[in-house]
Amino acid sequence: MFKTIEDQAADTVEILVEGAAHRVPANISVAAAALLCGLSTVRETPVTGAGRLPYCMMGVCFDCLMKINGQPNQRACQVMVAADMTVERQLGAAEFEDL
Amino acid sequence: MIDDRYELLIVGAGPAGMAAACEAASHGVRVAVLDNQASPGGQIYRNVDRASDRQDRILGKDFVKGRSLVERFKQAGGSYFSDASVWFLDEKRRLGVLIDDKSYFVGADKLLLATGAQERPMPIEGWQLPGVMAAGAGQILLKSAGMVPEGRLVLAGTGPLLLLLAYQYLQAGVKIDALVDTTPRGAVSRSLGKLFGALPAADYLLKGLKMILAIRRAGIPVYRGVEGLSAVGEEKLEAVRFDTGKTGLKKLTDVELRADTLLLHQGVIPNIRLPLAAGCDIEWEARQQNWIVPTDEWGRSSDADIYVVGDGSRIAGAEASALQGRLAAMHASHELGQMDAAKLDALSGPVVKSRKRHLSIRPFLDSCYTPSASYLVPDDATLVCRCEEITAGEIRQAVQLGCSGPNQVKSFTRCGMGPCQGGQCGSTVSLIIAQQLDKPMTEVGCFRVRPPLSPITLGQLSEA
Repeated sequence: MFKTIEDQAADTVEILVEGAAHRVPANISVAAAALLCGLSTVRETPVTGAGRLPYCMMGVCFDCLMKINGQPNQRACQVMVAADMTVERQLGAAEFEDL
Repeated sequence: MIDDRYELLIVGAGPAGMAAACEAASHGVRVAVLDNQASPGGQIYRNVDRASDRQDRILGKDFVKGRSLVERFKQAGGSYFSDASVWFLDEKRRLGVLIDDKSYFVGADKLLLATGAQERPMPIEGWQLPGVMAAGAGQILLKSAGMVPEGRLVLAGTGPLLLLLAYQYLQAGVKIDALVDTTPRGAVSRSLGKLFGALPAADYLLKGLKMILAIRRAGIPVYRGVEGLSAVGEEKLEAVRFDTGKTGLKKLTDVELRADTLLLHQGVIPNIRLPLAAGCDIEWEARQQNWIVPTDEWGRSSDADIYVVGDGSRIAGAEASALQGRLAAMHASHELGQMDAAKLDALSGPVVKSRKRHLSIRPFLDSCYTPSASYLVPDDATLVCRCEEITAGEIRQAVQLGCSGPNQVKSFTRCGMGPCQGGQCGSTVSLIIAQQLDKPMTEVGCFRVRPPLSPITLGQLSEA
């Protein structure tokens, strides 16, 4: 649902999103990368299991909570991508053993 | 690394925080700035020091203007900590901050909070669906990642930022399928009387006019006086539904537009979480329909050692915020013994005057773009608390059971108890209660703010 305006980003990094390798511009947030990679949801809510995508992109709404490098409950809009980062959707509340 | 104590500790590196830091450092004050972003600029000048030429052209000169302030800030000589997340603050100006996975406590003789604005929530039915985002989020993606929506795009709501985003998307060649305007009918014509007072800030009016004309020239379908806006879809956004006021000759009902992306906006409101944590008084501002942190002419809050400046105190825009930051820093420098009263007087005079000019646009803008009650206080079926998935109806039920304020509603329903801690839904919850009980907002109050103010692990906490 989002694309970049530049034909080619100057710097890129490879990240693993839901197990698939994606090359994305460096210096963007994980939430931006998730949108760019076309994820239809970044998490499922703990209450009803509804799918969500990032909403505010500035750290207020917590709707972009994802599991980043194995660590759950990360606001994807506040974390910048880095080479070889693993990014996973967060399904419901975080598991205790993940924390 | 970070010291135990500073003479002036600033939170936020937007226009107000950056300008305050430059000013204070120039008078020899030991100043540190904590900011939660990767680079200075706040939301308004976000990523300005790394933006491409293409982004500059799309975002326009008011964005590019921020670059010189960022450059001055970088060379100002104070300490600057990026990616710094403030998770604790108390009434003694003791502040807990997380930097690079490490937690620190910092004290300050004077504290200056410049934490800016957040978007006013626009709780409509279906706003939680994937595909619906805040318009500010769309602009952040453009500024910070050079990203624009693809597919069918609808912009909906009211306020200058919505027009600016539409204008910027046009510059980027993005097709906008519709602009759905929820500005109350007659609001603009009722505000014309305030135009005269806004004349000193004619540059703002011209910019607005330029945006409106460009949107018209681009032939974007515009629906005005829109009521009953909702986002429709099963798993994700599929369509936007609404009734219009009169468009041309007739009133349209049950308009349904297919959409892949809906960007919502109805103004910005001060982010008052840190001022609340620090024990500063707040007030309900009826004209802007939001909480403000009242300050004196120097930006001092109810606590004389805590300055609250910029949009985080009261919505004023980037330029006026930067000037207020400078005034607060001058005053702090004076109080810290770096400047005598005569110099304070001489230096502040022109800044006060210039700030007054920039502020002269606000009464007109506030009056034009006050959201209508139906978008501030949603109907029963609409989700208010996105975290705990609590509807307006459930909140009203709790009030009916006897809950007299937001904190009781929170205990009864879990509304505001999720990860965002009520940051997203807080103002809506208070408005719903105030309407139902027919009480003034000051009596209803707002969610209490408690640490941790931002996420922190037990491990990080134990090392503080």
